[in-house]
Amino acid sequence: MAEYEIVCGLEVHTELSTKTKIFCSCTTEFGGEPNTHVCEICSGMPGTLPVVNEKVVEYAVRTGLSTNCTITQNNKFDRKNYFYPDLPKAYQVSQLYLPICQNGYVEIHSSKGGMKKVRIKEIHMEEDAGKLIHDAYSDCTLVDYNRCGVPLLEIVSEPDISSADEAVEYVEKLRDILRFAGVSDCKMQEGSLRADVNVSVMPVGSKEYGTRTEMKNINSFKAIHHAIESESARQIDLIEDGKEVKQETRRWDDTKGYSYAMRSKEDAQDYKYFPEPDLPPLSLSDEYIESIRKNLPELPEAKKARYMNDFGLSEYDTGLICASIPLVNLFEKTVEITNNPKDSANWILGEVSKMLNDTQTQPENMTFRADSLGEIINLLNGGKISRDSAKKVFKAVFEEDVNPAEYVEKNNMGMMNDTSAIKSAVEEVLKANEKAVNEYKSGKEASFNYLIGQSMRALRGKAPASEVTKILKELLS
Amino acid sequence: MKIDGDLIKYLESLARIELNEDEEKKVGSEIQDILTYIDMLNELNTDGVEAMSHSFPITNVFRKDEVKPSAPNEDILANAPHKQDTCFVVPKTVE
Amino acid sequence: MSDILNMKALELAQKIKAKEISAVEAVEAVAAAKEAKDLKYNCYTSFNLESAVENAKTVQKKIDSNEDVGLLAGVPIAIKDNICTKGELTTCASKILYNFKPPYNATVIEKLHKNNLVPLGKVNMDEFAMGSTTETSAYGETKNPWDVTKVPGGSSGGAAASVAARESVAALGSDTGGSIRQPCSFCGVTGLKPTYGAVSRYGLIAYASSLDQIGPIAKDTADVAAIFSVICGKDEKDGTSMDTTPFDISDIISSKSLKGKKVGIPSDYFGEGINEEVAKSVMNAAKVLKELGAEVEEFAMPIVKYAIPTYYIIACAEACSNLSRFDGIKYGYSSPNAEMLRDVYIKSRSEGFGMEVKKRIMLGNFVLSSGYYDAYYNKALKVKGLISKAFSEAFEKYDFLLGPVAPTTALKMGEGLSDPLQMYLGDIYTVMINIAGLPSLALPCGFDSSNMPIGMQLIGKPFNEKTILEAGNAFQSATDYHEKMPETV
Repeated sequence: MAEYEIVCGLEVHTELSTKTKIFCSCTTEFGGEPNTHVCEICSGMPGTLPVVNEKVVEYAVRTGLSTNCTITQNNKFDRKNYFYPDLPKAYQVSQLYLPICQNGYVEIHSSKGGMKKVRIKEIHMEEDAGKLIHDAYSDCTLVDYNRCGVPLLEIVSEPDISSADEAVEYVEKLRDILRFAGVSDCKMQEGSLRADVNVSVMPVGSKEYGTRTEMKNINSFKAIHHAIESESARQIDLIEDGKEVKQETRRWDDTKGYSYAMRSKEDAQDYKYFPEPDLPPLSLSDEYIESIRKNLPELPEAKKARYMNDFGLSEYDTGLICASIPLVNLFEKTVEITNNPKDSANWILGEVSKMLNDTQTQPENMTFRADSLGEIINLLNGGKISRDSAKKVFKAVFEEDVNPAEYVEKNNMGMMNDTSAIKSAVEEVLKANEKAVNEYKSGKEASFNYLIGQSMRALRGKAPASEVTKILKELLS
Repeated sequence: MKIDGDLIKYLESLARIELNEDEEKKVGSEIQDILTYIDMLNELNTDGVEAMSHSFPITNVFRKDEVKPSAPNEDILANAPHKQDTCFVVPKTVE
Repeated sequence: MSDILNMKALELAQKIKAKEISAVEAVEAVAAAKEAKDLKYNCYTSFNLESAVENAKTVQKKIDSNEDVGLLAGVPIAIKDNICTKGELTTCASKILYNFKPPYNATVIEKLHKNNLVPLGKVNMDEFAMGSTTETSAYGETKNPWDVTKVPGGSSGGAAASVAARESVAALGSDTGGSIRQPCSFCGVTGLKPTYGAVSRYGLIAYASSLDQIGPIAKDTADVAAIFSVICGKDEKDGTSMDTTPFDISDIISSKSLKGKKVGIPSDYFGEGINEEVAKSVMNAAKVLKELGAEVEEFAMPIVKYAIPTYYIIACAEACSNLSRFDGIKYGYSSPNAEMLRDVYIKSRSEGFGMEVKKRIMLGNFVLSSGYYDAYYNKALKVKGLISKAFSEAFEKYDFLLGPVAPTTALKMGEGLSDPLQMYLGDIYTVMINIAGLPSLALPCGFDSSNMPIGMQLIGKPFNEKTILEAGNAFQSATDYHEKMPETV
């Protein structure tokens, strides 16, 4: 069998996290009863007209600048015409002729080793379609336009991807960029990030691409990986059997783990694109683009480098924190307050993660005041509370958003600073444990730890262990 | 440009319109007439002329990203030929 | 009461303001006229008297409490049936929208209410404004009040005929390729196609989005100017709308001279196909303009002959996209014969649209389909550039242009539809103005030997309706064509 290489390009669709839809003032909020986030414009009533949401343009430019694109200063919208019940106007407003961003790239690890660039052909703005729900009872399809008109960016790569791993890393990189740039929350389970995958195979070293197939609307990393592996294997099998790969759109069924050809439409798809007459073109000035460039948030690569180089975090810990924007925000606030990146990271990857895990909470649903964690770490490191207490305080913070200092005060968790009080408590312990004292004195080291334990217990953990050790040593010598 | 029966059928399918045979003949010949007339544009040299989609150079008409109340669901569905709960209804879209 | 329909809108408003006539009486007079005449002329597609009476009462209360109610308070105005009126039938004279009641008002309707006019009655049109005769209406054809065997023109035939037949005081129409001006010309009334963008299109059910404009139809230029001043202006709901050059209505009404104005007549407007009587009347009008002090000269505009092909490509392309939303799912007609999803589309559309609409949709699909886009649609957009340029050059020399509205007077019923290409060619003088987005005022300038009205148009610079309205008023101060009315009415 010949060796084959995979040639893969992706069209990634991401919903932008603007407050309102792209062409009307309806909310983009996820959920809601069907057809309640809808007005006469996004439901395609006759006579209505679109007006562009300025934030969508800003976010598109931000995304383009974050992926090394050239911004098309004079760009415009076009209509893509097709009939389907989820598209109430029977056309989708999109950008074909002059997309807002062109010629960018994202860097990923090559499967062959080293880094490689996946080129971005273009990024364009468009509107999302509605949702069709099959109603088993009536055996009909229900149409919900709530998602209709939610702004989307379509990010189209060149066919520079040569493995399923590369594809996944590319989408992960894109997702990180989109989230860090603050333009999308990329919640795959809500469909706000999804990919169309184009795959073909060719013998290694060939210059000519094979026939490609397209799989639409894949919405998890696992599924993207699986789909590319499975589809390339299918194509290789066909070629090896002397059969032809047909250019077609296939549906990826992730539960069954294979793709199948979609019923070939009776009509050839002809989208009849033409310039959208209802929307004046966009003309983006240098100043506008520069002002967005200047205010770009720190992007994943830069942030990770800073965490590792300036803060001395490991690549692993950096990766864990950067996997979630709320964790990044909490981390940066905590570092700001504690000036102690390592402890901050340890707390976030330790206690915070544990609490999230225990309570099955997503980081974006954390409700406590961001300053609290830093305050707890400062109390601990300043010897004001014990490590055990710190954990207890954090639990209360996590669950009820209490004020750490007040909570410590109220629950009498503060450390004893009175040496004589500690001393008298330790003396009591020694009196009550004569046996252990004698054992220690006859050389049994373990008894010393036992006595520390008893003393800490008597002090209910509110004395610094170092102080207790010191006093114990004095008294026993 | 010559219009034949296949092209008319293709245009019907693009337009989601079905004509009977007589109508196809009539519409076909009328479209033929107008297209023949339209062909006169070929006389006109438009090399280097920019395609003008908008009459006036208006650009950058934007809306603020501020939420306004959506329409009541009853209004959205008021004209729907078929509805169920808060939805429009169509025959099932998947087999 | 019958006098009310003979009054001009401004005159009626004055009498209402002076409390000689009440707003409710005005509305009732229109209802009575409609009752008496509409079986004959078929101007209206629907008529909601109750809501108009309610609105008139509200306006009357404001007048009675001496509020500042504006220039046209209490004037009833008919609305072309492609302009959305909240909760009231808006059908585009098509079966496919036979029961459609929009959940919102067009911006122009909001503006009429705000200025205390009273919208009353939806008026007939060619289905989806596609036609020049008002014969393709699902409600049957409107008759020309000057001769009921003839068409009123179109597509705003119901609007123009209702003013001519004294069934309405004034009306709003829409003009995509001549649909206000040509019926005005055929019915002997005055109408303005404003600059593209001068009036918000929000709520106008689109035929061709880059060409459509709403405009007023009335008995004279002063009324047209007054109504235009109410409906114009930038609208945040229409991204293609703009503020136009402001004017004071008194400047229009007092304009009696054209001293210092330079007027161009495109000689190519008098080529093959123009009826001699029409040509003569327009040339006579040119003389009147001269007498009023204008300098008038002819100039060549060879691009004229390319206007029709360009128009039909652009208009049909946009129409096929705009009319795709009528699918039997969200509103309007849904075929009872559809079982599968595909049938819902095909049957609803095939049963819901008339032939002219189907034809234009198919033509639009053709010019946009892959393989033909560049040769047709893109070519047309380039010619549009050339047409715009030709007008810009003309306006470097002239303040406004004068030409006929249509090559002929009103056709016999059935004559246009039997030869569609010939009917399309009848739009030759009007479509160019839409392609270039210019304002144009149509007004009566004579009668042919069968006593049918002849119309001329004054074409202005973009966003400068003021100049042509002033010229129109000056012309009408010196002539009385606009004062004539059909004898049988």
